[in-house]
Amino acid sequence: MNPLLGSLPMRKTLLGVLAAAALLILPFVAALGGQAWVRIVDFAILYVFLALGLNIVVGFAGLLDLGYIAFYAVGAYLWALLASPHFGIHLPFWVILPLGAIVACFFGVILGAPTLKLRGDYLAIVTLGFGEIVRIFMNNLNAPINITNGPQGINMIDPVAIGGFKFSAPSTIFGITFSGPQKYYYLLLLLVLAVILVNYRLQHSRIGRAWQAIREDEIAAKAIGINTRNMKLLAFAMGASFGGIAGGIFAAMQGFVSPESFSLIESVMILAMVVLGGMGHIPGVILGAVLLTILPELLRYAVVPVQKALFGEVLADPESLRMLIFGLALVLVMRFKPAGLWPSPDRRRELAEKAR
Amino acid sequence: MNEPLLIVEGLRVTYGGIQAVRGITFHINPGEMVALIGANGAGKTSTLRALSRMLDAAGGSIRYQGKEINKLPPHHLVREGIALVPEGRGVFPRLTITENLSMGAFTRNDKAVIESDLEHVFGLFPRLKEREKQLAGTLSGGEQQMLAIGRALMSRPKLLLLDEPSMGLAPIMVQKIFEVIRTVASEGMTILLIEQNAKLALETSQRGYVMESGEITLTDDAAALLHNPKVREAYLGE
Repeated sequence: MNPLLGSLPMRKTLLGVLAAAALLILPFVAALGGQAWVRIVDFAILYVFLALGLNIVVGFAGLLDLGYIAFYAVGAYLWALLASPHFGIHLPFWVILPLGAIVACFFGVILGAPTLKLRGDYLAIVTLGFGEIVRIFMNNLNAPINITNGPQGINMIDPVAIGGFKFSAPSTIFGITFSGPQKYYYLLLLLVLAVILVNYRLQHSRIGRAWQAIREDEIAAKAIGINTRNMKLLAFAMGASFGGIAGGIFAAMQGFVSPESFSLIESVMILAMVVLGGMGHIPGVILGAVLLTILPELLRYAVVPVQKALFGEVLADPESLRMLIFGLALVLVMRFKPAGLWPSPDRRRELAEKAR
Repeated sequence: MNEPLLIVEGLRVTYGGIQAVRGITFHINPGEMVALIGANGAGKTSTLRALSRMLDAAGGSIRYQGKEINKLPPHHLVREGIALVPEGRGVFPRLTITENLSMGAFTRNDKAVIESDLEHVFGLFPRLKEREKQLAGTLSGGEQQMLAIGRALMSRPKLLLLDEPSMGLAPIMVQKIFEVIRTVASEGMTILLIEQNAKLALETSQRGYVMESGEITLTDDAAALLHNPKVREAYLGE
């Protein structure tokens, strides 16, 4: 062993300190590429949030949910309605955020209750329908009473603010100037660390074991005394409440929500993050969310210059080329890493034993 | 004589309009092993599903330890002491053998006793002990059946419901499984055995019921049924 690096626990601590330092300075590194990149990093964290929420439903309990974005929408709209000039209500974040979690949780139960007896493909179709219903409601609830302002969406939404300290505007603390997105970064980082902690605790709790049993075999789960109905509802509710919180922050960060942001493709993207990263494995899901947020953005910046360098002109429409490469990357990962980029030890074990 | 552990009276199970079980009555005494035999589609599994509360009975009563359990949700049965070994085994494929067995003790929290029960199950099935870290999904059918029975035992049941334990297994494995079932029975466990393999089931049990088209048509001591010409003709291929 290298004496300079010390013992294993020492190295682990060192690694932890380095990772923490990297996370702390990340928004300033990202800012070198412009505030747009800080915003992209913010979104990456927001997607980690969402992917971890969906992972509870899909990864832990094994319930395929294609309408997860609906809960994100519920959280976002709740924030928009309760903190914007639309209704002239301006509630503080510590009221709306928990409320968003509760309302989304309620929606989770509403979705969960009728689908208790469904599995696999059938469940996927019902959840897909649910996601679309929520979006279509947002799109059309502007008449006869204007609640959601329809396709125009809701504008001028309040940012997250603690007292007079607004997260949207730059401020100087200890001589360092933090931009709005940078401040949101720290807020999101704090929240997502809490979510990760909750996820770990859940996974190794009795509840986590019950979900695991349901995922593996529902009849057997019932036979060993698990209340499968309540446990499935709990998975939906918990996953949904994470989505609701993420939605609230999203609305505050953007200052604007419209039904467009909550389309089916968003649900599919979040599911792709979970599956590509490693279903049911928290570090894998985090990796999946970060990669799938950053990669399309990198491609966005790379596609035009690369084409110009190679062919001297822009041959393919950058937007479609970007999605083509992105899609190809997904196919390749699933072909060569079927359990995801960073699968859980269980899954790795399973693949290894199958290969024998 | 002791009060029966389980008394089923006039049990009916219907799917849509079709009656799968047409009002059957039977009982199981404590410490007894009872076989419910019959051909495919006779209603055996439907009976067991109703007993284990996986589906609602259309009528009749199921009394266990003097208590009506006909309306209990399925996950309560384990706490009452009824454990089901589902048809087709139903192990948790992506968990190891040990993890599967610990899941069987899901409703319990007496850690030390669970530990010793685990050793007891491994004693019954040394084959499982050898493979304790292996994933259940990669086991052979017979080993999965052992695991499913072991998992059911981990809940410390008073009544064990076995649904077709011989299904799809190699003859040598069937013998092994039944040896263990006999051992478990000899330890005083009350067992209801549902089987298509009538000969083996009757040889192992004390009493038997014969089911045909949703009704119980015959009942007797297992040994007597084995020599009953009707049974011999219909189920033992003679």
